[in-house]
Amino acid sequence: MSLRIVVCVKYVPDATGDRRFADDTTTDREGVDGLLSELDEYGVEQALRIAEASGDAEVTVLTVGPDDAKDALRKALSMGADKAVHVNDDDIHGTDVIGTSAIIAKALDKVGYDLVVCGMASTDGTMGVLPALLAERLGLPQVTLLSEVSVEGGVVKGRRDGDAATEQVEAELPAVVSVTDQSGEARYPSFKGIMAAKKKPVQSLDLDDLDIEADEVGLAGSWTAVEAVAARPARTAGTIVKDEGEGGKQLATYLAEQKFI
Amino acid sequence: MGEILVLVDHADGAVRKPALELLTLARRIGEPSAVVLGAGSAAAEIAAKAGEYGAAKVYVADGAEFADLLVVPKVDALTQIAKAADAAAVLVTSSGEGKEIAARVALRLGSGIITDAVDLEAGDGGPVATQSVFAASFQVKSKVTKGAPVITVKPNSTSPEAAPAAGAVENVTVEFTGKAAKVTSRTPRVSSGRPELTEAAIVVSGGRGVGAKEGFGVVEELADALGAAVGASRAAVDAGWYPHTNQVGQTGKQVSPQLYVAAGISGAIQHRAGMQTSKTIVAINKDPEAPIFELVDYGVVGDLFTVLPQLTGEVKARKG
Repeated sequence: MSLRIVVCVKYVPDATGDRRFADDTTTDREGVDGLLSELDEYGVEQALRIAEASGDAEVTVLTVGPDDAKDALRKALSMGADKAVHVNDDDIHGTDVIGTSAIIAKALDKVGYDLVVCGMASTDGTMGVLPALLAERLGLPQVTLLSEVSVEGGVVKGRRDGDAATEQVEAELPAVVSVTDQSGEARYPSFKGIMAAKKKPVQSLDLDDLDIEADEVGLAGSWTAVEAVAARPARTAGTIVKDEGEGGKQLATYLAEQKFI
Repeated sequence: MGEILVLVDHADGAVRKPALELLTLARRIGEPSAVVLGAGSAAAEIAAKAGEYGAAKVYVADGAEFADLLVVPKVDALTQIAKAADAAAVLVTSSGEGKEIAARVALRLGSGIITDAVDLEAGDGGPVATQSVFAASFQVKSKVTKGAPVITVKPNSTSPEAAPAAGAVENVTVEFTGKAAKVTSRTPRVSSGRPELTEAAIVVSGGRGVGAKEGFGVVEELADALGAAVGASRAAVDAGWYPHTNQVGQTGKQVSPQLYVAAGISGAIQHRAGMQTSKTIVAINKDPEAPIFELVDYGVVGDLFTVLPQLTGEVKARKG
């Protein structure tokens, strides 16, 4: 039976844009163009490489998000994923990571999987905890923050670079994997890939399909609440000098004035 | 105010500085208790240190599981201790693993989770955490509304302050559950002898402008003259000039030192996300239009290969 790989991806506001909060303190998705989170491209890439190595695998890409999130799915399909699942429901707006993990876990059970692949974190929320939460909810081993990953004989192996040590880790499938931006450059979609993606199936699911009540998710169902958001004051303009032979000395004088030397 | 559990991060038998910061912050919101897992024979010494920084109790659990299996044994232990102690909150260092442990503990406790706090204060109805978001362009204050709050705090969020307490050791036998990945080998990171990137008061970083692996020599010399840690931009790391463990930025380390020196770094958003909250920022870059100059307190437009050695010479001369 073929290896069923599901990649979880997020549609996020472009990090190079002017990201802001909406009035309800959720991320403003109107003011800035969205796209497939850059860090999730690494997840898609590794899923495709694992699928190519196995020779008999199917890659499904899964997202939870508003209508526009289909753009993120389309990008992953154009990279080479086989099909997509889009969980979309107005009641999901404002859901925290605990609620999001509940939705994705239910969706994964519905879709079916042998290997779940995630990026290391989203580029908007940047928490990096969703893969661990999925493992907890699904009762699967987490094999996370990998800079190298491979699957052979029903075992996933990888290298995890921590602060204090580098570890080799492994687990039997089914398992939840997350990969870092060190795992290997993500491919660009080819023209052929982009054309083919238009014909690939995208399944839509809502909360009813997943047997989730509206009050379990959304802002009201969140286990955390934002009390205040404030833009950081802009840094005051500094002194800029052009090096005309004394630049290093001038900088040293400044650092001495500031008592760093 | 109840018991605030602090998971004590340790390496090579010693407490890591962020754990002392957590104990210091914990005292603002309740009575700190330390949790020391898998420390072997170093547990007593680590417990004593935790006591010095305010832990009235120190829960100690040991076993081969903590080293042999990924994340889950620590989740088992911390959850069991939090339940038994009826903890008012749980604090964990914001590292990759710390956040994973915290998230799973939160789910098991039925608690909300906040990650990457940079400050923590007592508030009506529980602790209020400050986070720095969207590449540090916004500050968000939030709180957990369900269960005992589980909060991860970034290194360097406060200065550790000693406040001697009993530090009474309580040994805990943990019931291990759940499916975990096996750790089949572990290679400790070789120390550079320089300060830890996230803990250093001064960080000197190099970027694309450094041009080659060998180019980092001038960056390291300045860092050593200043007693600083060395950082690198993603461009420099991707090019293979410096190790990923030293990467500053959104997908690397987020640093907030007293002084940040950016050499040959343009200041792309991915880098700014990792250093924008530094107290003083200086930059050296050939390109007067580089966005890094929008952030600096002092900038030099020039060639880093002439400016840095001159600066290093001056630093050494002034320090005598």
